[in-house]
Amino acid sequence: MAIIIDENTNVLVMGITGKQASFHTKQMLAYGTKIVAGVTPGKGGATVEGVPVYNTVREACENHKIDASVIFVPAPATKDAALENIEAGIGVVVIITEGVPVYDEIEIVAYAKRKGAIVLGPNTFGIVSGGKCKIGIPPNQYFIEGNVGVVARSGTLTYEITGNLTANGIGQSTVVGMGGDRAVGLTFIDVLKMFEKDDQTKAVVMIGEIGGNNEEIAAEYIKEMTKPVVAFIAGKSAPPGKRMGHAGAIIERGKGTYQGKVEALTAAGAKVAPLPSDVPQLVKEVLGIK
Amino acid sequence: MKLFEYMGKELFAKYGIPVPKGRMASTPEEAAKIAAEIGGPCVVKSQVLSGKRGKAGGIKFANTPEEAQKAAEEVLSMTIQGLPVQAVLVEEKLKIDKELYMSITIDGSAKQAVLIASAYGGMDIEEQPEEYIIKKHIDPELGMMPFMARDVVRRMGIPIRSPHGQEIIKIIQTLYKICLEKDAELVEINPLVFSDDKVIAADSKVTIDDDALFRMKDLPIVDDRSPAERAAKELGLSFVELDGDIAVMANGAGITMATLDTLQAYGGYPKNFLDCGGGTGREATAKALEILLSLDPKAVFINIFGGITRCDDVANAVKDVYEARGGFPVPVVIRLVGTNQDIGREILASIGVEAFDFMEDAARKVIELVYNK
Repeated sequence: MAIIIDENTNVLVMGITGKQASFHTKQMLAYGTKIVAGVTPGKGGATVEGVPVYNTVREACENHKIDASVIFVPAPATKDAALENIEAGIGVVVIITEGVPVYDEIEIVAYAKRKGAIVLGPNTFGIVSGGKCKIGIPPNQYFIEGNVGVVARSGTLTYEITGNLTANGIGQSTVVGMGGDRAVGLTFIDVLKMFEKDDQTKAVVMIGEIGGNNEEIAAEYIKEMTKPVVAFIAGKSAPPGKRMGHAGAIIERGKGTYQGKVEALTAAGAKVAPLPSDVPQLVKEVLGIK
Repeated sequence: MKLFEYMGKELFAKYGIPVPKGRMASTPEEAAKIAAEIGGPCVVKSQVLSGKRGKAGGIKFANTPEEAQKAAEEVLSMTIQGLPVQAVLVEEKLKIDKELYMSITIDGSAKQAVLIASAYGGMDIEEQPEEYIIKKHIDPELGMMPFMARDVVRRMGIPIRSPHGQEIIKIIQTLYKICLEKDAELVEINPLVFSDDKVIAADSKVTIDDDALFRMKDLPIVDDRSPAERAAKELGLSFVELDGDIAVMANGAGITMATLDTLQAYGGYPKNFLDCGGGTGREATAKALEILLSLDPKAVFINIFGGITRCDDVANAVKDVYEARGGFPVPVVIRLVGTNQDIGREILASIGVEAFDFMEDAARKVIELVYNK
């Protein structure tokens, strides 16, 4: 099964003629992703890695059935690009771009919710359903098919931990990057619920970090889950972050610290790994692998 | 980007939020002149971006222009939390009947802006019990409607039709307008004061979203970073100086934090946090390595798991710095995997640098080199 994307997902690449987008189009095709169209305004009629380029998303949708899109456009143009894809009725929109203004993100997320679209990012590495489909920028060789679901805020740390899993022969159902920014499409709890329902997923690895209170909110749901959860929280040694006036402190009310997150997750029954390299062993334990 | 109090108040005044009479001064003489214009008791407030300036003595009262001049002289010679005071705000001393709290910020969990208000503002706002804190999330499709502002005022226990109530309703809507038009991720008034029948913003904290600065051409630029932080920022990298021995660079905030965590777990002390981000090219990576070497560390630890970052770019950057300097002054330990890793490793091998597969092995190696353990 896997979640959100699979081997039948048709993908559109937004901004496909750019340097990063064309490089990663090639990588995604090599992983086996079905990229059926690209869009760059004014470059319609061209091809990139054999993929036809259109001027607008609507034009691409008139010529192909599209299930998901991935956005590689500069930050100032990201809101327009994201809304164009959501408005066209595309169900999964993966926004790689970092540095998107937060009020633009809030608008994107609100519109996606109204249209029932799943947004990953902004500032995400993307999503990989092991062995089936990769949308985004992670290096191909660290993602293999298996039965562990991974959900994370941060990209490279996910490669680190998923790479460790793969090196230990533990494959993944789906690896979901929610995005590192403040206002992103999904929260841990949304993705945990999908993994809980997914037949292929037998255990979940949750990669969080200090700040915010999404991990604490997720802990409330982990209590109800039938599938085991292994977590790693980055930032144990980090200096206290910059405080945003009093408002941040009032919002979080003592939540957001390393200790607070570890306590909430442990109390909910999750196994918390002290270091990224400890994750595979804990996954083996919860899955009963020797 | 944080704005100084006086800048925030100028912004408020432009939008019609009442602020005390007064202006910014950068010399004691100017301060005296402003005090004379005000013509009564005034307050001289240090303009620094850190909190706790009141407790540090950065706020003084004066009854005459001479006293204001003397107060400004003292405050302008102060350093508050490592930051020299370069300006003061001289304003009328307000008659304060009541202190309230009002702010709008971003709630990442809700993915919305949130208005936070309290009828009990002032220094101890963070200690107020939950029932005195009113929160109203703002649906971006509705905006801050008048009915929402009325309901917040009601919940604060202030009569809606009173002069105070009417003014606060206006202020609430104006704050949200400022957030949207100026891409402010925080606007905070603490305290918002009742002074007879007026409502006045006695302080301001405004933070502009750094990611939106490209479209905020009319705002002043406020910069209070260290030289290394500034150099990193110019490269678009995120950097924090720490007080350890090992300079660290990794690609991504999460993995940079995890790299620091791993070094500490094995008994090492990181000298900094440097997230060289995704897709940083050869030239910027070389400059980032120069920033690390400028910190005079005992070793450099580079941890790259390349996705959008290409290992060949990183390796070439390391080679460029190596060749420009004729070698490295301290050990440089590199963990390099991911996109184009084979090409990257060949480049490193050509200058005799070995790349590690695993972060833990590389961390142990750098600690062995620095601490002989």
